[in-house]
Amino acid sequence: MTNTPREITRRQMMHRIGLTALVAGPAAGLLSACATSGGGSSEPTPSAAAGAAKSETNPFGVKADAPLEVVIFKGGYSDEYATQSHEPLYVKEFPKAKITHQGIQTIAQTLTPRFASGDVPDVVNNSGTDNLDTGSLVAAGQLLDLTPLFEAPSIDDPSKKVKDTIVPGTIESGLAGDPAKPYILNYVFTAYGLWYDAKLFEKEGWTPPKTFDEFKTLADQIKAKGMTPYAYAGKNASYYQYWMILITAAKIAGNQVLIDIDNLVDGAWTNDAVKQAAAAWAEIGKYMDKSYEGLIHTQVQTQQNQGKVALYPSGSWLESEQAKDTPATFEYAMAATPSVGASDAMPYGAIRAVASEPFVLAAKGKNVNGGLEYMRVMLSKEAAKSFTEKTKSLTVVVGATEGLTLSPGVESVVAAQNAAGANVVTWSNFEQWYKELETELRKQTNALMFGRITADQFCANMQKAADKTKADSSITKQKRTA
Amino acid sequence: MRHGKLAHAPSPMALRRYGFILSFLAAPLVLYAVFVVGPYIQAFQIALTNWKGISPNFDYIGFENFTKLFDDGAFWPAVRHHGLLLLVMPLATIAIALFFSFLLNVGGGQRNGRRTGVPGAAFYKIVFFFPQVLAVAIVGVLFQAILSPDKSGVLNSALGAVGIDPVGWLINPDLALWTIIGVMVWQAVGFYVVLFSAGMSSIPQDVFEAAALDGAGRFTLFFKITLPLLWDTLQVGWVYLGIAAFDGFALVQVLSVDRGGPDNATTVLPLEIWRQAFTFSKYGYASAMGVALFFLTLTFAALTLRVTRRERIEF
Repeated sequence: MTNTPREITRRQMMHRIGLTALVAGPAAGLLSACATSGGGSSEPTPSAAAGAAKSETNPFGVKADAPLEVVIFKGGYSDEYATQSHEPLYVKEFPKAKITHQGIQTIAQTLTPRFASGDVPDVVNNSGTDNLDTGSLVAAGQLLDLTPLFEAPSIDDPSKKVKDTIVPGTIESGLAGDPAKPYILNYVFTAYGLWYDAKLFEKEGWTPPKTFDEFKTLADQIKAKGMTPYAYAGKNASYYQYWMILITAAKIAGNQVLIDIDNLVDGAWTNDAVKQAAAAWAEIGKYMDKSYEGLIHTQVQTQQNQGKVALYPSGSWLESEQAKDTPATFEYAMAATPSVGASDAMPYGAIRAVASEPFVLAAKGKNVNGGLEYMRVMLSKEAAKSFTEKTKSLTVVVGATEGLTLSPGVESVVAAQNAAGANVVTWSNFEQWYKELETELRKQTNALMFGRITADQFCANMQKAADKTKADSSITKQKRTA
Repeated sequence: MRHGKLAHAPSPMALRRYGFILSFLAAPLVLYAVFVVGPYIQAFQIALTNWKGISPNFDYIGFENFTKLFDDGAFWPAVRHHGLLLLVMPLATIAIALFFSFLLNVGGGQRNGRRTGVPGAAFYKIVFFFPQVLAVAIVGVLFQAILSPDKSGVLNSALGAVGIDPVGWLINPDLALWTIIGVMVWQAVGFYVVLFSAGMSSIPQDVFEAAALDGAGRFTLFFKITLPLLWDTLQVGWVYLGIAAFDGFALVQVLSVDRGGPDNATTVLPLEIWRQAFTFSKYGYASAMGVALFFLTLTFAALTLRVTRRERIEF
């Protein structure tokens, strides 16, 4: 084979283009450093706030005429709760203060340049798909430590501190940074449990099971009626089921089980509590038709609305999610997950409850103390009540629904919340921290619930996956203490 | 010797000609280099790093990503599935497509001395091509309804009508991959019917006539005449289908339980690459898988072209 001059030329050309791509490629995008211009390293200057004296009604010493800027994510909850309730309540305290309100969807796109330049709003409802990465904001010293807020006296009862008027676990859910401090106020209360049709249960004389033995007895009765006693959607929502297993494990031996799992403690998954929980749920899995592994959550939820499924594991968004498909005769209610035995560490009433919908304060805002006061207002019963009224969602403020007409589902969540008291099953961080472990858990949960593996195998497989995550140096490890 | 020309400077005339051609080639070549060749080369580079995709920082870690592949619980099942896909999917597709295109083109017997297809062949050709027109995502959603595991599934309700219990097409780990292969075959057959039909119609009529005069039946006509004369087209089809067997991402993603399940029973390499990159934020490791897939596909294509090489029959 001989190369003609023309071929050589063409080849050289290709070669050069190839090389250019090699050089230009990284620069063109993926691997190149993005232009992150830090917004100056000036210390927080709470100048406007420094003026006023602190008092019982003004614990942060907010300057009465200092303006306050509030940015609210205008999504599923809209922003009316802020404009029509929270902000007017703040102005009622400080009539001379002018509030600048912004209701937007693209929090990150709008606010990132402002954080970079130092001209930041005071209160940010950092929610939605396009939210700010709180981790990096904390690392950059951009967010305010909310400890003074939680230590301040509550508006409704000055003898109590704010932290004692909110659902246990709220503060912990907003911890960030190293050492961890509360930087985020999660405002909405979400509870998890077994959902059922209260009217149907009443008609049939069924009561939600308090123990797994009761669960099996009830399941037999329901099955005799031609209904599926319990089901979840294996195709895309097996995590609804692993929540139940984790809740049960925490009920058996306390929240430490879940904290150990998050911290990748050796043997956390082979813990006896996890084994018992998995075994108890595997028994319930036997009542499920195999076909549920191939259905998605909306299909199973619709089946429940049609009276084909009795009990379904989910969170307190279920009622509004299904609002359009729920027949008038169907009345959502939530029950706590059953207990395994009398020696459980937590009572039957314990529920998994998580605070969500994050609010943050800018550390370099112009009215930092005003921001703290705004949050204190948010955590008053009056503000929380109007939030629930406008959004049909509960807040983390305890007892803020008195006198409200709630939907049956929300009402049952309130009842469950009151019954649980301080017995709250903690959330699981590994779901976000270690996605590989979470993916494995979904897989193993389906295998367990549809009878392909035993509870022992489930624990062993999960322990193996956790060990693998722990040994993987490419995964950043995180720790929690509570 | 044309090599002698190298010594001379190119004439202005030649330069102008090159310049003219280059100006046309430059744009597509640059686009191809930036958007196809560039990412390929970059994948090799990223495969040697621990890049997480969320920050510009990464370290070169040598071949660690590749050694990790050896004890990856999902990688080897995925490779095995590609093996099965490679064996079954092209074979089934080509066999069915050949059968149909033979019927549509020469299987109908003789009319006015010409071999024709079965009655209504033109109509069937169009019908067979329908699945090809549908985007793979639509095919996926369609088959979700067809393969639904309970009695509401199209297939299962039909089986129910004759008293057969619902079959867990996608939830039975032993059956799920075969079901997905079935969907892939269903989707591919139409295109190859048209491809093979085109190939068959280019076979001269007199070859069939001569064979028919010698008393060859349809069976002999197919195996002794059609198949050998169609070899080139078959080879192309085989390579296309083989490469398709290394994909399967969209159908598995839409149809399978828990994306690649149950218990990894249907997972494929592109799905694992996608999961490593976009769920686990392990772009380096995902790129290593991509490089492995690249070599698997390349090896397959080279092998197929070599093994199936035959003397070309001129007509």
